[in-house]
Amino acid sequence: MNEMEFTLYILILPLVSFIILGLGGYKMKPVVSGLLGSVLLGATTLLSYATAFIYFTAPRVDGAFAKMMPYNMKWLDFGGTLQFNLGILLDPISVMMLVVISTVSLMVHIYSMGYMHGEKGFQRYYAFLSLFTFSMLGLVLATNIFQMYLFWELVGVSSFLLIGFYYTKPEAVAASKKAFIVTRFADLGFLIGILLLSFYTGTFDFDKLCSCDPALFSGAIQASFLGYSVISVALALIFIGGAGKSAMFPLQIWLPDAMEGPTPVSALIHAATMVVAGVFLVARLFPVYETFAPDVLHGIAYVGAFTSLFAAAIACVQTDIKRVLAFSTISQIGFMMVALGVSGMGSHEGTGYMAGMFHLFTHAMFKALLFLGAGAIIHAVHSNEMSNMGGLRKHLPVTHITFLIACLAISGIPPFSGFFSKDEILAASFSFSPLMGIAMSGIAGLTAFYMFRLYYRIFWGTPSEHKHTPHEAPALMTVPLIFLAVVTCVAGFIPFGEFVSSDGLIYEIHLDPTVAITSVVVACLAIGFATWMYKKGSNTMPDQLATTFCGLHTAASHRFYIDEVYLFITRKIIFDRISTPIAWFDRHVVDGFMNGLSWSANRVAYLIRGFQSGNVQQYAYVFLIGTFLIVALALSQYINF
Amino acid sequence: MNYSNFLYMREEISLIVLMVVLFLYDLFAGKKALNFFQPVACVLFAIHTALLLLPRGVGEAFGGMYQFNEINIFVKSILNIGTLIVFLLSSNWLKSEGTVHKRGEFFFLTLSTLLGMYFMLSAGNFLMYFIGLETASIPMACLIAFDKYKKVSAEAGAKYILSAAFASGLSLYGISLIYGSVGTLYFNDVPAGITGDPLQIMAFGFFVVGLLFKISLVPFHQWAPDSYEGAPTTVTAYLSVVSKASGAFVLLTLLYKVFGGLMDQWQAILFATIALSITVANLFAIRQKNLKRFLAYSSISQAGYIMLGAIGGTALGMTSLVYFLLVYLFSNLAAFAVISIVEHRSGKINISDYNGFYQTNPRLSVVMTFALFSLAGIPPFAGFFSKFFVFAAAVDKEFYVLVFIALINTVISLYYYLLVVKAMFINPNDAPIASFRSDNYTRLALIITTAGILVLGVASNIYEYISSISYGM
Repeated sequence: MNEMEFTLYILILPLVSFIILGLGGYKMKPVVSGLLGSVLLGATTLLSYATAFIYFTAPRVDGAFAKMMPYNMKWLDFGGTLQFNLGILLDPISVMMLVVISTVSLMVHIYSMGYMHGEKGFQRYYAFLSLFTFSMLGLVLATNIFQMYLFWELVGVSSFLLIGFYYTKPEAVAASKKAFIVTRFADLGFLIGILLLSFYTGTFDFDKLCSCDPALFSGAIQASFLGYSVISVALALIFIGGAGKSAMFPLQIWLPDAMEGPTPVSALIHAATMVVAGVFLVARLFPVYETFAPDVLHGIAYVGAFTSLFAAAIACVQTDIKRVLAFSTISQIGFMMVALGVSGMGSHEGTGYMAGMFHLFTHAMFKALLFLGAGAIIHAVHSNEMSNMGGLRKHLPVTHITFLIACLAISGIPPFSGFFSKDEILAASFSFSPLMGIAMSGIAGLTAFYMFRLYYRIFWGTPSEHKHTPHEAPALMTVPLIFLAVVTCVAGFIPFGEFVSSDGLIYEIHLDPTVAITSVVVACLAIGFATWMYKKGSNTMPDQLATTFCGLHTAASHRFYIDEVYLFITRKIIFDRISTPIAWFDRHVVDGFMNGLSWSANRVAYLIRGFQSGNVQQYAYVFLIGTFLIVALALSQYINF
Repeated sequence: MNYSNFLYMREEISLIVLMVVLFLYDLFAGKKALNFFQPVACVLFAIHTALLLLPRGVGEAFGGMYQFNEINIFVKSILNIGTLIVFLLSSNWLKSEGTVHKRGEFFFLTLSTLLGMYFMLSAGNFLMYFIGLETASIPMACLIAFDKYKKVSAEAGAKYILSAAFASGLSLYGISLIYGSVGTLYFNDVPAGITGDPLQIMAFGFFVVGLLFKISLVPFHQWAPDSYEGAPTTVTAYLSVVSKASGAFVLLTLLYKVFGGLMDQWQAILFATIALSITVANLFAIRQKNLKRFLAYSSISQAGYIMLGAIGGTALGMTSLVYFLLVYLFSNLAAFAVISIVEHRSGKINISDYNGFYQTNPRLSVVMTFALFSLAGIPPFAGFFSKFFVFAAAVDKEFYVLVFIALINTVISLYYYLLVVKAMFINPNDAPIASFRSDNYTRLALIITTAGILVLGVASNIYEYISSISYGM
């Protein structure tokens, strides 16, 4: 066990980087600070790979990889019964997360040296990136739920700093605030959940909790709260915390706005790391959910499925490329939640757990690739709007190919990585209930459609006018793209089930041919439909649609009527009747509720201001009334009305 | 008479000697020697603080009039540390033209209030307690009105003394009723006489108002924003931390030791005042523009969190309350250290004046951010742990509704603390407060407080020590 002590440096290095850059960064040249951050993170990444290698090549105990705790020191004794520890927990999912986080973070560090070149506050940016990476790594390595909560909050703070990096931009400031406040509200649930869970079980340790010892949980099962057992309530509250970070409905409102931050930050935070913290949390406590609150787990599956559908529908009508990606992220995290929610324990029952983790892994890679690609595009055309793009494939060859690979992966086309993980999720959904399976397959098709709509509108279609000819990004930016694209091509062939599974035993991934073929056919149909609609660059604005109608009318072919039906269904029914109201509901009702909360707090404060008049006689009056009320309150048992 | 009784009053005697020495020094020293008044006072006080850390026994003196135990000494040490930091902060202000000639007075008055608080803490009798309370209150009014040529300061002093007199009057009325009903004023004997009849409950209700006033819980808080705003910033710091800490702890010991028989009543009172304080003060804080007033409301709501520790009546509650006081002291004084140095250098005190502060004074902004994050209870700063412990202590005794109200309020408080952080880091300003270097006293104060904010949450042995000397009902 001692050989793993070096894992401590995985946490120390980014922290050191943050301290050096945070305190002394402003004296450094920007290039030096960028290099320093990247080199230290490179070392962290190597250590993470070494950890993964040593961990996964170590002999198995009873067929499963042993949990290791290279560090676990007592930190605080609380009231004799509870104890907080600080430590490092290595198990298959935390080691996998180490690899994901350090890889994506390293790519973002390198990429940012090109993308953020010449920005004001470059050193500050790198300091924040290091802080974020440190917090995220600390979150996944936590040995107990309390330590996780500490890092969880630190992740929130550092993402607040990163989203609001362009502090002169009011939208960015508003977005960072929104992200922080919405997730804080969710964390409130998390904290209460932790309090309940630890109060009844007397421990914070994941190790003890996940052993699912009935003696430990007997109190929590017997006690009831509002008709549910305390354990269900606590686990549901903990999930709310996860739902906030992972942008599950109805807490997803912060994520699209958070796109105001620098694009590499979106790749790091909003694709690969912070947003999957909620998935990680559920996976970490999965045995507890599975044993004591299967109902909550099913609830998670339904929330995930609904969010997934909802976000996919919105993604079809967005025109800002980063927002399309944001909604697609929400939708894909929904897939992971569904996978965990439908999963059981044990080899075949546990497909969902394995699939969720597998999808987390592959999605992190290809979604980071998509965001970094989007960054390269924005870098080239200085706009986020699709209408300012089109025909970019000639100007940005590397970005084009890598982006296409990522689109194929997310759409679930073999042999790219997304196919394998998504297929396992679909298989798990079908074995849960056919309806769930069909719904998730449909959403997968929708995913393929909107991703290719995005792809064609950026790289094909009519080129728009540019002041300067768009040019390919510098090597600092393209190298991370190529690296991630290679990973996306090969990651599907990793025998993931050998490393991560619900019970730790080897799980053989076998493709279910019916599910696989159906999903590929659905994806291909969706891509074909998107190709036909967007490849030619017949612009989709309503007035241009009208002229298209005239042209097609003279063509006098049967295809015309089918086209119209298709267009009617997509434009009038799916887009106008479903997506727009959903978007409206999101904008007005869900956002409005959150805004209303802050507005009413302000309003009440304004109304009661008159009480504080500065008049000392009035103070004495209030004082006296207060005293009488206090006395009356104390005497209330003697007062009968 | 047994003179060995006086040996038990070691810390009071040490403080009185210190006061006399400083008084004589101020009176007879030549002009040159007076230049060293500030360092000499600080060093002597630091020695006094260190003396208190020496171990000692537990017991009573003067027939139970005076009691001492380990937790009392520990709280006195907390007050000492707070006072020491306030002394460090005062150097800038005391050097200015209008105050330099009454520097000695500032120290003498501050130490007098501290002596009063010592008496309150060690009292074993209601009369002793009342003398302590008045000794702490009357010089405090002089301190608030210290800049007497400034209208706001004089007005703040007048408001304080009027409100304090009013509170003392009600409290004294309560004490006289207690005496009438129980027939004794000794803390050791009163509990046996508490039967819970309506007269005693009414007496208790009047009595407790005096302390609720001192820790400024709603609805006895209205003097606080005016006095905090008008008083010299250093005095405000002292008022909001040291004075409040002593009041909170004395209230807790009285509730535990003397009024244990009226637990249902005082739990109801605390429940109502805590819920009101946290909520009302939060709502007011949102709209404040003046930073001192803003911190006044913030400290009213913090007082609510502090008393959350006491409501359960357990040893756990006492531990969490004392720990909270310690953390609150460092966090709040760090914020006041920044405010007072900025006020001294630029004369600016509004939140909007701090726009763009990070560009010119990055280190001070970071300290301020740490302080505010700690007050808001964001991990990993110490304030998170102290909040967590008081919540846990209240949950332990099943005050779920109250904890829920408090939790909701932490989210609201986060909003207004962040407003200040946002002003410093994000809001643009064409003419931000000019960059300046702090003097060594302020720098030392900033280092001590920042270290406290960062280390206290992690240093578990402090919490464990408090836990080992706490007691429940």
